[in-house]
Order: sequence, then structure tokens, then C-alpha cells
Amino acid sequence: MKVAVASGKGGTGKTAIATNLAVSNNVALFDCDVEEPNDHLFFDMKLQKVEDVNLKIPIIDERKCTLCGKCSEFCQYNALATLPSHVLFFPELCHGCGGCKLICPEEAIHEGERSIGVIERGENEIVFYRGVLNVGEAMATPIIKALKKKLKAVEHAILDSPPGNACPMIETIKDADYCILVTEPTPFGLHDLKLAVDVVKKMNVPFGVIINKDGIGDKEVENYCKKEGIDIITKVPYSRKIASLYSQGKLFALEMKEWDEKFQELFAAIEEKI
Amino acid sequence: MKQLAVISGKGGTGKTSIVASFAFLADAVIADCDVDAPDLHILLKPEIKERKEYSGLKIAVVDHKKCIHCGKCREYCRFDAIDEDININESCEGCGVCEYVCPTNAIVLKQRKSGEVFSSMTKFGPMAHALLYTAEETSGKLVTMVRNEARQLAEKCGKDMIIIDGPPGIGCPVIAAISGANAVLIITEPTVSGIHDMERVLQVANHFGINAMVCINKYDVNKEKAEEIEKYCNEREIEIVGKIPFSKKFTEAMVHGLSIMEYDEKLAGLIKKIWEKVSLTLENGKGNI
Repeated sequence: MKVAVASGKGGTGKTAIATNLAVSNNVALFDCDVEEPNDHLFFDMKLQKVEDVNLKIPIIDERKCTLCGKCSEFCQYNALATLPSHVLFFPELCHGCGGCKLICPEEAIHEGERSIGVIERGENEIVFYRGVLNVGEAMATPIIKALKKKLKAVEHAILDSPPGNACPMIETIKDADYCILVTEPTPFGLHDLKLAVDVVKKMNVPFGVIINKDGIGDKEVENYCKKEGIDIITKVPYSRKIASLYSQGKLFALEMKEWDEKFQELFAAIEEKI
Repeated sequence: MKQLAVISGKGGTGKTSIVASFAFLADAVIADCDVDAPDLHILLKPEIKERKEYSGLKIAVVDHKKCIHCGKCREYCRFDAIDEDININESCEGCGVCEYVCPTNAIVLKQRKSGEVFSSMTKFGPMAHALLYTAEETSGKLVTMVRNEARQLAEKCGKDMIIIDGPPGIGCPVIAAISGANAVLIITEPTVSGIHDMERVLQVANHFGINAMVCINKYDVNKEKAEEIEKYCNEREIEIVGKIPFSKKFTEAMVHGLSIMEYDEKLAGLIKKIWEKVSLTLENGKGNI
């Protein structure tokens, strides 16, 4: 079973829920927030590089190139520009589709590789994988794709999603058996929850909502879920103790027994649902 | 024209609440560049004056009547976007390779409407913002379009400043939100995640040669960690423009659809001091990494 933990709005508590859920149930954890991966901060483990994530890039043989401009015309990402004297390549814009190589009539393009990030693994209380995007790189999705290939190695997994509702989040939650949407009871939380609900519905992923920091705002998130028939699978009250444990990088399920049990019940309940 | 981008790395540190307050204080155009989870409009209540259509990447469309199921498109697609029955899924990045290799011309790339960009007026001045349609991709390109809209608005309204509410993370939307800005203000919080993410996003600012300032929000949630942040910044000569205590007033103001400037005098005074420091650094170009 693969359970994704997502949210539209950032900082609602995805990482807190994903890490605690994983440790309470002793299941593997995949940190798919490759731009800002934080899950490892809550575990005392050594991370080891499993592999580089490489993108294919064109290498142009200037002796063969006739500056016909077909490659730059074909490229949808403006990664190639044909100038009077040579073809200019912008690696950060290239998606690695291979189209320029296919289209070049002179066979002047072959492909090389460049690294945009890494996949790492660690093991302690749980099995842990994460992807890390190199600083200055734009594309998170290829890293998430490479990371998700490692899901084959485990039976159950929790996937900690990046915030937002665009490509990196979609890549994380697609093919998940269930998606937990973590929100907070505020107007921002509600607004972004609605956007996230639209996405999971469109992707046909079964889902439920966790209201985190319950008590800080208003009741509108709850009213919305009731009206739409959305499952609120649990509420975590706002507590200075939980916030303080989180700030120190401690798992509250390990410090507060009742939460350990709650996260076990929650995982069992999700298993039953699907 | 000066451009300030407010970012954080980690989500939920308070970017939007602070940008809404700056909108109250500054004579500027506001740009909500957190396009896939925009919230600023909840506090600023913009009245939309003009809308523009946004087209993201193109998408491949299959004509199943022409398709002979040769599988060439699947073989050449680098994004696993074509299934066994030759249906295109959401992984399509619109590269056009399948269209090129298809022997029966059964695939064409089509432009699609992926969102809208708005030019608006708020109680605190002009604002550019956007809506990305459900499950649409390429938000970096949309961020760029919002910033262009903001620039045009600034010229039209005679404003010398743009304040950008940035997205979380460090990838394509963030790069699009900060490139060419005069400075970034990083809103962080005293948690292990907040610090970790601030360090990464500082590296990104550094990578693109943009001056960075730091503001510590909710500093009293963990004073030791807040000191750690101060030490980190001091060692690197990064200006700390202020520390804001944890307060339920921010959430209360949000529930009322107000910025903190309109809701709590004490916090308003604190934010005003922070803004004075930020605008001074923005003006003089000091501050710095």
C-alpha cells in the first residue's frame, strides 16, 4: 500500500504527519519534497547515495552542423537557439526529450548526460529514501520519478509530497493507493485544500483529510468537508508541546504514547478503506 | 524599478501575511507568484480589472481513428506519458517527439488553456495574480507571466516598486519568482525544517547573485533555534531585518480577511520597523550575501 501525504498550502504539517505515521507503523518513508526535503531531520540515520539523477542533453558537433535551425525550431522549451555562428544550448531549460537529435538532418547531435540531483537511502527505525534537487536546478519532477522507482523495493510506503498543486505534487500522488490531505483550519488552509481536492479527484486517488493545528482558526474547513462528504480521518489539536517537539526535530508519536496508537489505528483504517 | 521577492523555502512560515502587511505600507505593485496555491487575494480582496489567458506547455492529442498501434510514440517518449492503449497521461511535457515519430500523423501537439492572469486593484494598490487550472503544469512560466503583468501595471500606475509573494521550494517556480529581483527576503521559522530550508533557499539566492535578508517568524516557538539562525546569518553577514513572535492574532486577522496592519497595533508597529529596514536595504542595495 502506498499512501501519499499532500496539501495545497505549505507548512500545514505534511512532514510531521508523514514521519510520525511511518515510524508508528514501521513502514518505509519516501521524501518526495525534493526541493526542500526535511524528513531525515527527524531520524538519526546515515544517508547514502544510491544514484545520480541524470537528464539527457544534446551535444552538437559543430563540424557537422549547418546551422539550419531545425533543432531550435523543434525545441518546445527554448533550450536551443541558432545564432549566425553556432547553436547556443541552455541546459537548465532542457527537458531531455531527445527531439533535437531525432530531427537533425545532419546527424550532428548526439546525447550526453548531466546530473540534476541524487537519490539517497538510509535505514534506522524505518527504511528511508529521499530525492534531492541540486541548488539552481529547476526541474523537480525527474527526481521524483527516479525516487518512485525505488518503491518496488518495499511493500508499504508513505510518500511525503511537496506543497502546491502543480507538477511535483501531481507526480508524487499519482498511482498512490490513498492520499492524505493535511490542512489547517484557516482561510488559507481551506482555500488551498479545495484546490488540492480538485487535483486528487481529477487523478482518481481515494483521499481523506487531516485537520492539523485544530483550534487555531475557524470551523470552515470542517463545514466544507461535511458538505462535500469528505472524510476527516483525524484532527491534531494545536499544541505548544507538539510544535516544540517538531521544532527540535523530534517525532511526537515517540514522545506521546497516545499518538503512537492513533497513528497505528489511522494506518489500519486506511488499509481497510482501499 | 525595485523588485523584492519574499520567499522561504519551507511553506507556511508566514510569507503571505507579511507581504499583505508590506502592501499596506509600501507604494508598490503586489505580485502573487505562488500560482499553484495563491492566498494573498484572501487578504487583499482584489477587484479584477483585466484577464489574460495563459497557455502552458502544449499537450499531445491522439486521433485513435488514425492510430495503427505501432507503438513508436511509446518507444520514443522519455516521460512515460503514453500507455499501452496509446492514451496520453498527465506526464506529457509537450515535447512533440511522438508527433514527429508517428508514421500515420495520428498525434498532434495542441495548445491548451492552462490558467488565467489577472490585473487587479486592491484596497492597498494594484496587484497581479493568477489562477492555474486543476492539475495543470508548468507553473514557472505562469510566474513569469504574472511578473510581466506586474511590471506593466507598475508602469501604468507610476509605481517604482514590485513586491512578490513567492512560492515555497527552490525549483522552477521559485527561480522564476526571484530571477532579476533586487533582493529577496527570506521568512524563516526556528524549527529544524525551517533552518534547513532557509539554508537551501539562501544558496539559490547566492547562485543567482541576489541579495538576501532574513526575517525570523514565530521566533519564540524555539528560542534556541532562533539564536542558531541569528548566528548562522551573522557569520555570513546576512542582514536579519526582524523577529516576530508567535501570535494567534495573525490567524485571527486572516479569518477576518485582514492584514495584521489593520488588526493589531503592536504587531503592526513591529512589521512597520521591519519594512523600514527592508526598504532601506532595497534602496541602498546593501544588506547582502
